[in-house]
Amino acid sequence: MKAFRDTWLVYARAMTLNLKQPVWLVVMLIQPLYFLIFFAPLLNGLDGAPGFEAGAMETFVPGLIIMMALFGSTFVGFGLIAELRAGVIERMRVTPVSRAALLIGRTLATVTTTLIQALLLVVLAAPIGGLTIYWPGVFLMFGIIILTSFMLGALSYGVAIVLKSEDTLAPVLNTFVQPIMLLSGIMLPMALAPAWLQSVADFNPFYYAVEAARSLFEGDMGANAIWQAAAYIGALAVLLVWWATRKFARAVA
Amino acid sequence: MLIETKGLKKTFKSRGKEVEAVRGVDLAVKEGEVFGLLGPNGAGKTTTMRMLSTLIEPTDGVARVCGHDLAKNQAAVRRDIGYVGQEGGTWGEVTARDELVLQGRLYGMSKKRAAARAVEVLGAFQLEEYADRNVKTYSGGQKRRLDIALGIMHEPKLLFLDEPTTGLDPQSRAHMWDEVRALRERGTAIFLTTHYLDEADALCDRLAIIDHGEIVAEGTPLDLKKEVAGDVVAIGVTDGAAAAVELLGGKDFVREIEAGAPDPATGVALLRMYVDDGAAALPELLRSLDGKDIAPASIELHRPSLDDVFLKQTGRSLREEH
Repeated sequence: MKAFRDTWLVYARAMTLNLKQPVWLVVMLIQPLYFLIFFAPLLNGLDGAPGFEAGAMETFVPGLIIMMALFGSTFVGFGLIAELRAGVIERMRVTPVSRAALLIGRTLATVTTTLIQALLLVVLAAPIGGLTIYWPGVFLMFGIIILTSFMLGALSYGVAIVLKSEDTLAPVLNTFVQPIMLLSGIMLPMALAPAWLQSVADFNPFYYAVEAARSLFEGDMGANAIWQAAAYIGALAVLLVWWATRKFARAVA
Repeated sequence: MLIETKGLKKTFKSRGKEVEAVRGVDLAVKEGEVFGLLGPNGAGKTTTMRMLSTLIEPTDGVARVCGHDLAKNQAAVRRDIGYVGQEGGTWGEVTARDELVLQGRLYGMSKKRAAARAVEVLGAFQLEEYADRNVKTYSGGQKRRLDIALGIMHEPKLLFLDEPTTGLDPQSRAHMWDEVRALRERGTAIFLTTHYLDEADALCDRLAIIDHGEIVAEGTPLDLKKEVAGDVVAIGVTDGAAAAVELLGGKDFVREIEAGAPDPATGVALLRMYVDDGAAALPELLRSLDGKDIAPASIELHRPSLDDVFLKQTGRSLREEH
């Protein structure tokens, strides 16, 4: 009970901070919109080609939404470093607040903003890409967004608390997030990949997330990728939240 | 006793090497007193405080804080203590009121109780005017007052203050001293670290001097200074330092004498001695030097300060470190 209350308190503080800077909500949307306007049209000629059987936009837009969740959540650790330096985390660690709440409250705030961004992107992308939205599928896709954002937010906060410096955090996160993005088939479907690249992608949980998002957008609710994405990313989320909570409990700022 | 420690130790691993930050500290802090931990940077002050406030785990040793075992009952310790770190505890786009209410709620207060207590605390620290402004617009002194306000939101029995006046201008510093005294009047015990001699002297009921992770002296400022018997005379000479040490050291009223290294800029070496009665000793000391044609470049006579205590225990001056 106490842990839930504490999580809510930490969440409410993080959300208040987010809402005071609504400009970030928009800034994070700009990158996917660039892709949608300046890159997606290049794919139009591939409509119906291998990998694009469902249509070019129908293939690209779901991946774009996963990409936004990927980048939006991976870099939240930067905000934590400023708070670490200012002694905010230390101040809270001296109170009887639940250690898990310190991490989970913040991570849930990241999930919330990512969901709002994803919803805005779906609404904006549909008319631009000429898509019809299949809402039941989109809602299930939001489930995958929640897991993705939860896992990556926790990871980012955990890494931030270990590294304690923006200068090292940026390259570390980039080194990790770039191959994950490329190996997930966001830009071009993995169906185009040679066998070895496909085999590597099979180990990338975000490959399944992108595939699942595409199936759900189409309305194919029975695709294997859906439960695979939920299982892999869900398991990783549990593991990383556990790890990051330990880092929060022992942080030496 | 609010704090009792025995053999408290902390060893950090840094690039494969073990660094002993605190090497067996025994401390006792009583209810309602202001207790200071005085020492140079890197002496282990902050590490000791972070162990006692549950932020880091001791490598060895035992401690009781507010009656609770530090190793076994951290939750109970946390409820009874307040802590104000060196960096403070707020940042950016948050208001003092929001932070205070949250702080109260993290200690289990209801929303209503926390809001009422926040109003009380804002008043006590003259922060009402800025209560709903973002913290990033605060001056150094205002921010420091908010830091302390956050630390006492839940009316702790014991408040830890890590270097409370470092980086403050003289006026804010004087205010901070007043705040500490006012808290003590209201019955809150305070454990503070400082590297300022005047702060330790003026503010603390009792203090411990720490150097290289070990306590080298403990007592009231007055008692500690009394241990350095007599007055302190410092005479600066450009040459003949060795002869002067021999000459003055032979006087029966000079208890101890030592020569410092010559100042690289001026070439003046400081002879520092403890004498029974400084006023009577000065003419005699000067006459003796004159007899050997040693001309003093400077003369200083003062009652022993905490710096003399530190110097006597460690062979170094705390003043020179800063």
